[in-house]
Amino acid sequence: MSEITAEQVAHLAYLARIDLSPLEITNLTHDLGQIVDSIAKVSEVATADTPATSHPMPLTNVYREDVVVPSLTVEQALSGAPDRAGDKFRVPAILDEE
Amino acid sequence: MTYLTKLSAAALSELLVSKQVSAVEATSAHLDHITAVDTDLHAFLHVAGEAALATAAQIDARRAAGEVLNPLAGVPIAIKDVLATQDMPTTAGSKILEGWVPPYDATVVARLRAAGLVPLGKTNMDEFAMGSSTEHSAYGITRNPWDRDRIPGGSGGGSAAAVASFQAPLALGSDTGGSIRQPAAVTGSVGVKPTYGGVSRYGAIALASSLDQVGPVSRTVYDAALLHDVIGGHDPLDSTSLTDSWPSMAAAARDGLKDGALTGVRIGVIKELSGDGFQAGVTQRFNETLALLVAAGAEIIEVSAPNFEYAVAAYYLILPAEASSNLARFDSVRFGIRVNPESGSLTSEHVMSATREAGFGPEVKRRIILGTYALSAGYYDAYYGSAQKVRTLIQRDFAAAFGQVDVLMSPSAPTTAFKFGEKLADPMAMYINDVTTIPANLAGVPGMSIPIGLAPEDGLPVGLQIMAPAKADARLYTVGAAIEQLLEASWGHTMLSQAPALTPTEMFASEEGAV
Repeated sequence: MSEITAEQVAHLAYLARIDLSPLEITNLTHDLGQIVDSIAKVSEVATADTPATSHPMPLTNVYREDVVVPSLTVEQALSGAPDRAGDKFRVPAILDEE
Repeated sequence: MTYLTKLSAAALSELLVSKQVSAVEATSAHLDHITAVDTDLHAFLHVAGEAALATAAQIDARRAAGEVLNPLAGVPIAIKDVLATQDMPTTAGSKILEGWVPPYDATVVARLRAAGLVPLGKTNMDEFAMGSSTEHSAYGITRNPWDRDRIPGGSGGGSAAAVASFQAPLALGSDTGGSIRQPAAVTGSVGVKPTYGGVSRYGAIALASSLDQVGPVSRTVYDAALLHDVIGGHDPLDSTSLTDSWPSMAAAARDGLKDGALTGVRIGVIKELSGDGFQAGVTQRFNETLALLVAAGAEIIEVSAPNFEYAVAAYYLILPAEASSNLARFDSVRFGIRVNPESGSLTSEHVMSATREAGFGPEVKRRIILGTYALSAGYYDAYYGSAQKVRTLIQRDFAAAFGQVDVLMSPSAPTTAFKFGEKLADPMAMYINDVTTIPANLAGVPGMSIPIGLAPEDGLPVGLQIMAPAKADARLYTVGAAIEQLLEASWGHTMLSQAPALTPTEMFASEEGAV
């Protein structure tokens, strides 16, 4: 069993910005341990001289002409926002008061 | 008009073009059938009845005015809920996007509309396409038309169930690790994952960007080809879209119906995708199909792909890593729901965390946490870095195999449709189910699933997976159409004509239009 701890899962949840209940942390600690055990075998064949592939069909420098094309209107862009103020997204406070 | 729902898209198209049937009649027939059977099956998350009839009426008017339209104009289609539609909610099966109506269409949807196809609605799926059973949808399960107690596959269970139950002749799917091919296999339908970059992903809600591909779902190989021709080709809005010009997939499928289409075709059977872990009836139907191919003049060659053994492991590192990054966009600011935390200060960070806790289901949380772990400092090289190297090795296995053969074959899935709940408690059991389909996504090559019979032990559909080299999608359609023709000749009927009849559900007065 790999050594995934509840503290580690709680920290990962913080990094991923997901509040997790204590029960979810317990369950995920178990699941993650099991999954990591199963997938760790990738290192068996990944030798130093094997190049990495990040993309199945490599393309580089995909550009378009630098011309203005139609885009979303402000109204369209804001249409799905949970909150707005005029023509802007309204967000909760960025900084904590503490 | 019930018979209209039984027709292939190609057959319906002929009636529409010759004006024997109107698009409104065809659309009404499908909407009526949805009303009759989908309360129970739940293939659709949203049915756009009025809009569909209005679109159909426009097609009829244009055709009556003598306009020459795409042959598929007036043919109804279902759209997987992962694709943005500006007139229908788009949730990707997640609560976090409940009620979201995008301000734009996915390119594939825009192309459907331009060709005059009639969108019927949006189909159910595992949340953000994470799953192999559609049990991870936040909006409830979809039932398999062959057996109501079994899964329709996933993540595109809704699209596969919709075509298999004659609610639509065509559907769109997306395939990141088998989400088009595996549902096709377990519902007795056809599904194609095109070459990576062959079909635009603009407006497809991203799961794992280096793996995702949009493709056709249908009941016949030829129908899939017709749809592929509509949605495929370069899209400047998708920077991973290939600029190649593509041959007609429909012409390729017609080539498969000619005499001798399989003569001399070299078929590679992948040693590693057989044997232990494959259901007896799946192996039996697979071997019978190979025998039929040999009799038709094809040559069977056993090939080895030794690194496929590591494909599932590499996939479950690469996918969560990319998903954890892609799903960071659900920040409760630009779209989707916003949930305030029960305690603590109302900062953006706390609101985002509370929203994601409430809006994401267990499988999505599991994969985001796994991906965050795989990308963490100290683990990155061992996990994510190694997985990317495995990807190179798998591409090399494909290259070596395609040096010897024209197409590769395996069963599309190790088993027939399993029962609801059977694999929910054990994530690895669910993940290993994709062992056959994942290699094609890792390498970017195209793959197709077609039905090859029913497993004797349970009477459920078995799928054959055909894979071709990157950009050789046309070969899938030629070989696929040839095999479909051979099998149907040997059975004397189509696969889906054997599916059990669905009992129309009682309509309740509270339902729309039911008075």
